Amino acid sequence: MSSIVSYGSYVPRFRIKAEEIARIWGENPENIKGGLMIYSKSVPGPDEDVLTISAEAAKNAIKRSGIDKSTIGAIFVGSESHPYAVKPTASILVEALGLPNSIHSADYEFACKAGTAAMQNVMGLVDSGMIENGLAIGADTSQGAPGDALEYSASAGGTAYIIGKKGIADINRTYSYTTDTPDFWRREGEKYPSHGGRFTGEPAYFKHVLMGAKKMMEMQNTKPTDYDYAVFHQPNGKFPTRAAKMLGFKEEQVKDGLLTPIIGNTYSASMMIGLSAILEKSEPGDRILAVAFGSGAGSDAFDITVNDSIRSFNKNAATGVMDQINRPIWVDYANYVKYRGKILMRGE
Amino acid sequence: MSEVPRFWREAKHRYRLVGTRCENCNTLYFPPRDICPKCRRESVGKMREEELSGEGEIYSFTIVHDGLEQFKLQVPYVMALIKTKEGPLVTGQIVDCDPSEIKIGMNVRSVLRKVRTEGKSGILQYGYKFELK
Ligand SMILES: [Zn+2]
Repeated sequence: MSSIVSYGSYVPRFRIKAEEIARIWGENPENIKGGLMIYSKSVPGPDEDVLTISAEAAKNAIKRSGIDKSTIGAIFVGSESHPYAVKPTASILVEALGLPNSIHSADYEFACKAGTAAMQNVMGLVDSGMIENGLAIGADTSQGAPGDALEYSASAGGTAYIIGKKGIADINRTYSYTTDTPDFWRREGEKYPSHGGRFTGEPAYFKHVLMGAKKMMEMQNTKPTDYDYAVFHQPNGKFPTRAAKMLGFKEEQVKDGLLTPIIGNTYSASMMIGLSAILEKSEPGDRILAVAFGSGAGSDAFDITVNDSIRSFNKNAATGVMDQINRPIWVDYANYVKYRGKILMRGE
Repeated sequence: MSEVPRFWREAKHRYRLVGTRCENCNTLYFPPRDICPKCRRESVGKMREEELSGEGEIYSFTIVHDGLEQFKLQVPYVMALIKTKEGPLVTGQIVDCDPSEIKIGMNVRSVLRKVRTEGKSGILQYGYKFELK
């Protein structure tokens, strides 16, 4: 059975408040804050992208693990905003992280659950004995069209997990559920995504997240009270809060992994980053239910038990995700559009 | 496209601050050198690659207000000379800061960032920059 050996997250320091975006579009910020439960979101700097975010997250995971990098036999990167259309993010990371060249590597795509698909693939290689340790990364620098509701939530961040045979949190089981659902898409070459209005809630997010969680608990013969923590994909603050309630989880179980209200929706990193915040404060014996969702649509569920090794885990070897979140640099809308490259420069 | 081969050759050094240490006199060099200028012939075959920790402090800095066209989205930005923990002085940009708060002696650590992009279709060049600790 494979286990999480280490984890590391990275959240860009720049942040913009919901009020500031609402000010530009003449909207009432209370609708966003109260309705969607989004108060602010992270903004990548002009020199940050999925490669740089993945590299910082992975460096944090490697520093904490203390493992020899030559034992890493796979690196998979899930994102919907890879810097190149053709040239794998994973290939650059191999050199940037100083990983061995004898390594399985690929970039994955599945909207917001590409990073958890990467985790499952590393688990498979570890369980089959093909590799000792592997890196699974979820990272995004997603964009919402100006004035679109997504502009309040689409943010940037990344999380890396090193998965191997002996770790700090055992993955008891993983389960996935996939259907053809047109809730959200972006055609090749288009800058901003489109969403299928009424398809986004019930038939997409809720159906898949609830199915992932319910099926997992059915197979594991568990109920919500058996878990110390639960974390779900977070397109906003409202959806995961409602999903948790529908499943019978209490606020104490979900609050530590719920980061979107402050950092926005980090897409491929969304659930993974919440899980990393939970691992930062968890203790031996803690049980975690984690469910990622990707539009299109599908869900990846994980049943995890933290083991005794977390006591000797060197988490202070890297800056914690909450410490990163708690040192924002606030930007206004003008700087936001400048950093996100939304200003048309000469020659463009 | 002429930049691609040179950038590729230097990628390891730019991505991970890999320098070279002369095993004859123990001096660490960054950027890396093939031969130690102190030991010359004595250092042949004794230059070993070594990764810097990326930790250091600001030795000197300047605020750039009038950058090249492709850095326009970043002005004003800070370029600094960093005294690394291991010794070598390294030039790099200080990111994610208010230029007016930068002072000599501040502790920094290296981060990987996009350094250059060759237009809309060219290669993306990544490399080290520094952030305040
Ligand atoms: Zn020498």
